Amino acid sequence: MTALAEPRLTAPARIEPRPFGLARHSLALARRSVLKTLRTPEQLLDVTIQPVIFVVVFVYLLGGAIAGDTGKYLQFLVPAIMVQTVMFGGMATGVNLNTDIGKGVFDRFRSLPIGRSAPLIGSVAGDLIRYVVAIVSLLVFASLMGFRFQTGVGSVLAACVLTTFFAFCLSWVVVLIGMVMRTPGAVQGTAFVIMFPLTFGTSMIAPKDTLPGWLQSWVGVNPVAHMMEASRALMLGGPLGDHVVWVLVWSVGILAVFAPLAVRAYRRRT
Amino acid sequence: MPWAFQAEGLVKRYGKTTALAGIELAAEQGSVLGVLGPNGAGKTTAVRILATLLRPDAGRATVGGFDVVRDAAKVRRLIGLTGQYASVDEDLTGTQNLVLIGQLLDLRTPDAKARAVELLAGFGLSEAAGKQVKTYSGGMRRRLDLAASLVGRPEVIYLDEPTTGLDPAKREDVWSMVRSLADDGVTVLLTTQYLEEADALADTISVIDHGKVIANGTPGELKRVVGGQTVLIRPADPADLVTASAIAGAVADRQVESPARGVLTVPVDGDAAFTEIVRRLAQERIAVTELSLRLPSLDEVFFTLTGHHTQQEAA
Ligand SMILES: Nc1ncnc2c1ncn2[C@@H]1O[C@H](COP(=O)(O)OP(=O)(O)OP(=O)(O)O)[C@@H](O)[C@H]1O
Ligand SMILES: [Mg+2]
Repeated sequence: MTALAEPRLTAPARIEPRPFGLARHSLALARRSVLKTLRTPEQLLDVTIQPVIFVVVFVYLLGGAIAGDTGKYLQFLVPAIMVQTVMFGGMATGVNLNTDIGKGVFDRFRSLPIGRSAPLIGSVAGDLIRYVVAIVSLLVFASLMGFRFQTGVGSVLAACVLTTFFAFCLSWVVVLIGMVMRTPGAVQGTAFVIMFPLTFGTSMIAPKDTLPGWLQSWVGVNPVAHMMEASRALMLGGPLGDHVVWVLVWSVGILAVFAPLAVRAYRRRT
Repeated sequence: MPWAFQAEGLVKRYGKTTALAGIELAAEQGSVLGVLGPNGAGKTTAVRILATLLRPDAGRATVGGFDVVRDAAKVRRLIGLTGQYASVDEDLTGTQNLVLIGQLLDLRTPDAKARAVELLAGFGLSEAAGKQVKTYSGGMRRRLDLAASLVGRPEVIYLDEPTTGLDPAKREDVWSMVRSLADDGVTVLLTTQYLEEADALADTISVIDHGKVIANGTPGELKRVVGGQTVLIRPADPADLVTASAIAGAVADRQVESPARGVLTVPVDGDAAFTEIVRRLAQERIAVTELSLRLPSLDEVFFTLTGHHTQQEAA
């Protein structure tokens, strides 16, 4: 450490605060999260291999029984399972945050003059890359199996963007769980208990009218079901109805409630 | 001289454990405060409160005149922290870690990059700059951690046991870094379990135990209280222990301790006493396998100050 003989290296000096701190800091932290993901590609297994397995299992196991034909069932399944895949991808955000927060890195963030919510916003925003990977790998694989879009590029992109926005808002629920629970395992378990009825209590696997009445009522209010129907309409054509409106209302509502709760829980932790 | 930081009557409890029981710490601007204490004394807890990571249950602390609870944001602009456990990101490279901190400190990205290059060079990490931190050795991580806490050119820096786990050469590196920080006018709070380290670096030493300051003063004052140096004698023949103990006790005029089987220690006031002990041992023809003069260990300091030994925390 010879250069330390040069005194200017550590001479105190104040750095002038610059405007738009929260946005800049969150972006810098989002970049950190993306770099981490790219450097540990095994963290992407849940958004690459898992959806492929789901598609294969559902199509070959249930396709014949439900649609009478695996090709037809693939068309029915893919737009909906894309939503589930991206939502499961968002679960990892809460689990990772819970793991990270116990480490010294977060202590350093807390000792810096940045907004309290910046590390959380950064993590959630950085994980958007996982959603993109999930969507691309699912759609590429589905196309290889024979899936075909029935609408234009614009509609398909709209479905992907809407799904991403929806999952982004919903991931704040998991972030809150990540802030409240003690261990990553507990976060995973709790998140799963919540995600399960949300993703499977839908028309993802079978058409709504084949479901029992009580389940149909749940599907009617479940935001995930609306998201899946919107995705189907945007990728395959057919009536869009009020699904998009419901998705947006739910997304913004969930974001408005759970993001502040998560930030508050983060501040209270230790 | 104004206080660079000051803690008054800090109390922090974890359930039934009282981590801090009204601790008082203060350092003048540009000075080095050594906080000396055994495991579980409350060093890390005190540092975390001064670094705005933890709220005290009672008492107050200020840094640069700003309250660590009410004006936490202002305090954070003044401080740098190197925690006891590494706080750099394993998956990122050395450069990426430092640039990120620069950006979070509101440096423009080119400035943050320049600062990272400068610090990495200063800490002998230029070659490893582009490598992921998980490939670094313990010493390299420690250095990167120190560099990370200097990105913002803080006025006050906290180093929580910065040399624990480092080999002697690396420890010397950290010591010289602390000295150059002080030369630059940075106020340093350094926690340690070694009197030798506090003696080498600190302008003032606060000895803490069970969350309280039990002694406070310059290294010179403290050494006068605890007898400065200690003579250690290990007779070759255990049968000589009694005679050796009598000699040491008579010369030093202090109580002789036996910290381990076959070993005697006694605090002395200076080299003269040591020479005298050596002379008398030779006179009595007592052969020794070990004979040395050193600063007292933390345990001996405690014994002198409190009459009891440091209790090793049952982890
Ligand atoms: N988060 C916590 N929950 C419960 N007890 C805690 C917590 N942090 C510290 N303690 C307790 O508070 C006391 C002081 O701990 P602290 O970490 O401040 O000691 P220390 O002087 O830094 O010790 P060491 O030399 O081992 O780092 C200890 O008894 C410890 O067990
Ligand atoms: Mg400690």
